[in-house]
Amino acid sequence: MAGVNGSSNGNGNGHGPDHAPTPAREASGELLRFATAGSVDDGKSTLIGRLLYDTKAIFEDQLDQVARASERRHGANGSATPDLALLTDGLRAEREQGITIDVAYRYFSTPKRAFIIADTPGHVRYTRNMVTGASTADLALVLVDARNGVVEQSRRHAFIASLLRIPHIVVVVNKMDLVGFEQEAFDRVVADFTDFARKLDVSDTTFIPVSALQGDNVVDRSENMPWYDGPTLLHHLEHVHIASDRNLRDARFPVQWVVRPGDAQDERLHDYRGYAGQVAGGVLRPGDEVVVLPSGARTTIAGIDTFDGPVEEAFPPMSVTLRLADDLDVSRGDMICRAANRPLLERRVEAEVCWMAETPSDPRGRYRLKHTTQTTRAVVENLRHRIDVTTLHRDPTIDHLELNDIGRVTIRTAAPIAFDPYARNRTTGAFILVDEATNDTVAAGMLLGAASEVDEAPDGGKLSREERWDRLGVRGATVWLTGPAAAEAATALEGRLVDAGTPAYELDPERALSTAATLADAGLIAVVAGGTDLDAVRAAHTGAGLDLLVVEVAPDAVAETVERVAAQLARR
Amino acid sequence: MTYELPHLDALESEAIHVMREVAATFERPVLLFSGGKDSVVLLRIAEKAFRPGKFPFPMMQVATGHEFPEVTDFIHRRIAELGERLIVAKVQDSIDSGRAVEETGKGASRNRLQTVTLLDAITEHRFDAAFGGARRDEERARAKERILSFRDELGQWDPKNQRPEVWNLYNGRIKPGEHVRVFPISNWTELDVWEYIARERLELPSIYFAHEREVFRRDGMLYAASEHVEADEERFTTSVRYRTVGDMVVTGAVQSTATTLEDVVAEIAATRITERGETRADDRVTEAAMEDRKREGYF
Repeated sequence: MAGVNGSSNGNGNGHGPDHAPTPAREASGELLRFATAGSVDDGKSTLIGRLLYDTKAIFEDQLDQVARASERRHGANGSATPDLALLTDGLRAEREQGITIDVAYRYFSTPKRAFIIADTPGHVRYTRNMVTGASTADLALVLVDARNGVVEQSRRHAFIASLLRIPHIVVVVNKMDLVGFEQEAFDRVVADFTDFARKLDVSDTTFIPVSALQGDNVVDRSENMPWYDGPTLLHHLEHVHIASDRNLRDARFPVQWVVRPGDAQDERLHDYRGYAGQVAGGVLRPGDEVVVLPSGARTTIAGIDTFDGPVEEAFPPMSVTLRLADDLDVSRGDMICRAANRPLLERRVEAEVCWMAETPSDPRGRYRLKHTTQTTRAVVENLRHRIDVTTLHRDPTIDHLELNDIGRVTIRTAAPIAFDPYARNRTTGAFILVDEATNDTVAAGMLLGAASEVDEAPDGGKLSREERWDRLGVRGATVWLTGPAAAEAATALEGRLVDAGTPAYELDPERALSTAATLADAGLIAVVAGGTDLDAVRAAHTGAGLDLLVVEVAPDAVAETVERVAAQLARR
Repeated sequence: MTYELPHLDALESEAIHVMREVAATFERPVLLFSGGKDSVVLLRIAEKAFRPGKFPFPMMQVATGHEFPEVTDFIHRRIAELGERLIVAKVQDSIDSGRAVEETGKGASRNRLQTVTLLDAITEHRFDAAFGGARRDEERARAKERILSFRDELGQWDPKNQRPEVWNLYNGRIKPGEHVRVFPISNWTELDVWEYIARERLELPSIYFAHEREVFRRDGMLYAASEHVEADEERFTTSVRYRTVGDMVVTGAVQSTATTLEDVVAEIAATRITERGETRADDRVTEAAMEDRKREGYF
């Protein structure tokens, strides 16, 4: 500890006798960000207050403040324990109206982990706040009142969590004390929610019965529910595995800042040129062959620098500085990736957006699209549908998005953007739109893939799809084969279809994204073995109204799978 | 190999990312450096973000004239050691030019006047982004503050009209005359800051460690006896340290014998009172004291 002021001796004895020993935090503990959404009645604030209170994240002066506020609100004869909900109450307007109107961030830690809570209101008119809180969350708490079961609001929260691809959902079945701690009420919620969640893309759901008011199963295990043998809420938060939630497969490094100390005193630094940024995907190592997009220039990583010295590897979300072997023209907004594993590079993209501004979307509006470290001008070219966040119903008849609407759009950008589908990478698949006139952030967007070239067909050809297909006697589609025997089955299927007089074409998986939908639109059966772009290909097909069959091929069932798929195609 | 990033590294990386984003997208940023522990952390984050290059912005101290001399010395020495540029904006100049009026009587301070000096300096130097060391865990009004916090042409904050902040995509577009306050360590807690200072072996002004000082007790807090304060309370000498560094008039000390960083971290980990509740008179005025000052353009 040399050089630290006042640290020369370790004999300082500043602990008074009444300082309760707090267990030390492990320096290696991870950071977990979680989002909550809820309204005044469902006990969300009480639950957070309980977490903070029982993990001793609340200080005495904050408790004093709450006790004073409780008295004012509930009268001096109110409940003896402070109203824990008031701990999470923020701005004055909210205190006056008794509602939470924004995203509030709270902090607590245990010896295992540090936690950031993004606390948002649950009403539909605060969808944008929920989206904000969800955008960076590793985990979502969905609150369900055990008396009422899964209601509209719980479904909405689950949908937003799945839309924003929060990897873990915890359904907290609260107010168990008000249903006599009966297992039946809990089981009903589990069944109802599971049924609803089938329509969503949710990978990990955990159900926990609690009473936030009394503390059951929040931090301490409940003695009132012996039938429940799962973890308490805090135990789950401390142990849920999050390290592999980030994309570690596809190396992605958006260049943020060029470090060039040309005028430094140290002569060795005169030629130093480093590209600083935060790793957005994959693992980078010195010696890796990389390509810089959009230019396509190839080079290798000469070294990875940090203020604390060079490192042997960098992974998300580390902030580092790359040195490249060759002297290239690289600037902010460029994307460095592996030559053999590139993001999409497109100017027309499909996306889901949440509209965040009072001013509705405008097809003639001029927007700035910010994506990773890149900013480019953009227009919302096409509005496909709006999704009702409660019923999941898709409404294609609308012509604009209003505040809190979630919709599917096609966006055209002035410069190509290097991105991955959001489902594959939450960092390289996210963007915002900023209104050039007001400078407001008007939308948060999740990229699905390239806007299918199919969209241009009406301009390019004289015939409509139906007319072409009818006159040829074909019906186009794409077959996407997965599993260890996918390649073998793809070749067999192409032959089988062509023999039967059905035009079919086996595509290189690398080209599936750009070509499959076009071939299908032209009336062919495009056959693809595996590949990494399924999400984007699916988006392109759905967007264009084309069939996509995804079929898993077992190694010992190639022939029968081929027959089954051929029959399925013929039946259409 | 598991790719887990310890929480302090995750917070550090986020702060570096914020600093680089702002440096890359604004014309004239400035870093507000008070010599306090949070701004000492900011300086280290700037080193991590920009070395071996120079900082792409100057530092600025808003001086009330009532600083602890130890802190003033520290500020000038640290910036010189880093080879960076320091601007000092003086509240005294604002008073002399009639832009600010000195408070009088018991409880008078120059705390509120800092806002005038800060906003004038931002205008004079045409700064469009000012880094500060504020954290969301400090106070309830700050829990909803954005990392990039937009200020209108009068320097005011409107808590009801904040830009949504999604993912790590910050919207830095402003009109001439407007500016943003930037809080790279928004998501840090007081304990995080202390653990980081210990880990990085950062030097702090000596008043953060236990020392003998002549003090008086007011409203349950200990204040330094000095020529800047009118005090008829009884003065006595005891061993104290400071948890935050404001100016001498508004910053209270805590009784402590913690002379090392390890001792201080241990005390912080065991404490049951927030740093602002314990040592900042300026937050005690009303329940919404901080919110009111922030709307006016306070730090």
